[in-house]
Amino acid sequence: MKFFGRTMVAAAALAVLSLGAGPAAAVDLTMYYPVAVGGPVTKIVDDMVARFEKENPDIKVTAVYAGNYTDTMTKAMTAMKGGQPPQLSVLLSTDVFTLMDENAIVPMDDLVTDKSWFKEFYPAFMANGQIGGKTWSIPFQRSTIVMYWNKDAFKEAGLDPEKAPATWDEMAAMAKKLVKKDASGNTVRWGVEIPTTGYAYWMLQALAIENGQKMMNEPGTEVYLTAPKTVAALDYWVGLSRKDDVMPKGSIDWATLRTDFLEGKTAIMWHTTGNLTAVKNGAKFNFGVAMLPAKERRGSPTGGGNFYIFKSATPEQQKAAVKFIHWMTTPERAAEWSIKTGYAAVSPAAYKTKAMDDYAKGFPAATVARDQLEYAVPELSVHENGRIYKFVGDAVQAAVTGSQSPKDALASAQQQSDRVLRAYK
Amino acid sequence: MNAWLLLLPAAVLLVAFTHYPILATIRHSLFISRRNGTEVFVGLDNYRSMAADPIFWKALINNFWFALGTIPTSIALALLMAVWVNRNMRGRGFLRLAYFTPTVLPMIAVANIWLFFYTPDYGLLDQLRGLFDLAGWNWLGSPSTVMPCLIVMVIWKEAGFFMIFYLAALQQLSPDLEEAAAVEGASRWYTFRRITFPLLMPTTLFVAINAVINSFKLVDHLVIMTKGGPNNASTLLLYYIYEVAFTFQDSAYAATLTVVLLVLLSTLALLKFGYLDRRIHYQ
Repeated sequence: MKFFGRTMVAAAALAVLSLGAGPAAAVDLTMYYPVAVGGPVTKIVDDMVARFEKENPDIKVTAVYAGNYTDTMTKAMTAMKGGQPPQLSVLLSTDVFTLMDENAIVPMDDLVTDKSWFKEFYPAFMANGQIGGKTWSIPFQRSTIVMYWNKDAFKEAGLDPEKAPATWDEMAAMAKKLVKKDASGNTVRWGVEIPTTGYAYWMLQALAIENGQKMMNEPGTEVYLTAPKTVAALDYWVGLSRKDDVMPKGSIDWATLRTDFLEGKTAIMWHTTGNLTAVKNGAKFNFGVAMLPAKERRGSPTGGGNFYIFKSATPEQQKAAVKFIHWMTTPERAAEWSIKTGYAAVSPAAYKTKAMDDYAKGFPAATVARDQLEYAVPELSVHENGRIYKFVGDAVQAAVTGSQSPKDALASAQQQSDRVLRAYK
Repeated sequence: MNAWLLLLPAAVLLVAFTHYPILATIRHSLFISRRNGTEVFVGLDNYRSMAADPIFWKALINNFWFALGTIPTSIALALLMAVWVNRNMRGRGFLRLAYFTPTVLPMIAVANIWLFFYTPDYGLLDQLRGLFDLAGWNWLGSPSTVMPCLIVMVIWKEAGFFMIFYLAALQQLSPDLEEAAAVEGASRWYTFRRITFPLLMPTTLFVAINAVINSFKLVDHLVIMTKGGPNNASTLLLYYIYEVAFTFQDSAYAATLTVVLLVLLSTLALLKFGYLDRRIHYQ
């Protein structure tokens, strides 16, 4: 009896304590987010979340770093199937079809009071997330692919350090001059590197756009990998290493490419603008950032992650999530995020803030990704995105490693994609 | 009755965590799950699309070469190291520890260390090549070298682990036999070949089975180092299953692939119990 009594007291005390801790109406949110670039991104996110919580004591946000984009999507989906989904997540803007197919997310339209909010963002960044008249996601860490060039290397090679290549032919010609070999004939500096792991489909799409070719249809049920212009795009890419000898042979790693550039191992790299601040902080030489060069036209796919709200969250949680997303994407915060990482700010208003304006004046590279939006098209987004990305990535890797010709590699990717997408027509 | 009661705890665990999942997997491989959660019976359709899936065949063939590359070498190396450190010599404890270290290190850390070795141009391997004026090589980025690179790493990791088993077995062997052989004037190689090695056969079998299982179990290193690339050149069966199940969220097809893995491994187990065990001398 004595034991029982003590337990009762303990339980009562616990109940009182838990009532006393925090306001009764506190809403807990869990958010998964990915990091695909260099720099202390997790710290920046944690800091922003802490400030949000300070301003909104009734909402508690647990931000969970979940790996790269694929990992984060995998974790969110697995958590959902395990019955414990996050309430919101930053996932690839292109994952929208998969998330809709999985019945995982809710459209934002019914959760916001004022839909004019959607109009504050760049339409190019909204494009991937607006399907069937609904808005399924809000842009956050968005990007385009940009070209970084090492001005010191340009000068050394006798090129104008202030002038980046503007066309494919120019890039190939300049890259030839930029290659540096040592006494024994080994290459110590490559002309250009385009990453072939992680997001190879993204790079291929950029080349295809520049060559005047779309990669997918609007409803996300078809890909155009065997179109002659897509094949020509991969031909050009592969030719840089196999024919012109200005790019390393074999696959080029997405994650270590920035280090290659910073170490001077390559004079030009194609990468996301999200890496801009990490490059700026790490470069011991003068560098410039330019839009991608043109073949028929300039162009880059947009890229990066949007906020999604999960269907399984309670109405209070969904409302709190909208509040959080709103807070994170206000012009001031979008500008701060852009300055700290290099990602493009998601709204025109962000570029008009004083902080961003001052920053861009001293560092013009900060607005290249935005200026490129004029030529940007939505990133490759279809049903079964994960699978299709793998097929395209495999094809690119087969081609750059020389195990298949670009034509054959893309033909096999097209065939596999058709088989998977057949179910959605 | 008592015997059954004593068996019950183990039986419950086995059924709950081994037998039931196996049956559920086999059942699941005969269905496809639609995105909205319903299941449709499709018979052997999943198996048919598996047979037509080039990535599956690639993974299977890769796994075969991977097993062939890792198993014999790591066993031979383990035996060699065990025989060497099973003597009275200075620094014996230190040497044993050194050989065993790779096994103790966490897999993810190991993968990151080797990733640095293999990084083109400024990785350890390429810096060594640089001393001889050789050009950098993209080790993990070339289909021709990625598999050998993984095999070397896994041998390094496994050999020390297997050595421990051999070392224990060697210390169990009666010294009489060796002395008798020495009296008869048998050479050391002859003694090893005709006495030591046959007596070690039970250990070799155990180690070999473990090595086979491990060669089908490797996933972590692939996630860190290659993601199965370039162009699936380093995709192994279990990694492909992981990708299909979690990245593509296609659990039915993942179940189909898992059944293949199950069949492969249980065939090996049957081979062990039915054939090899009878041919091996247990003391």
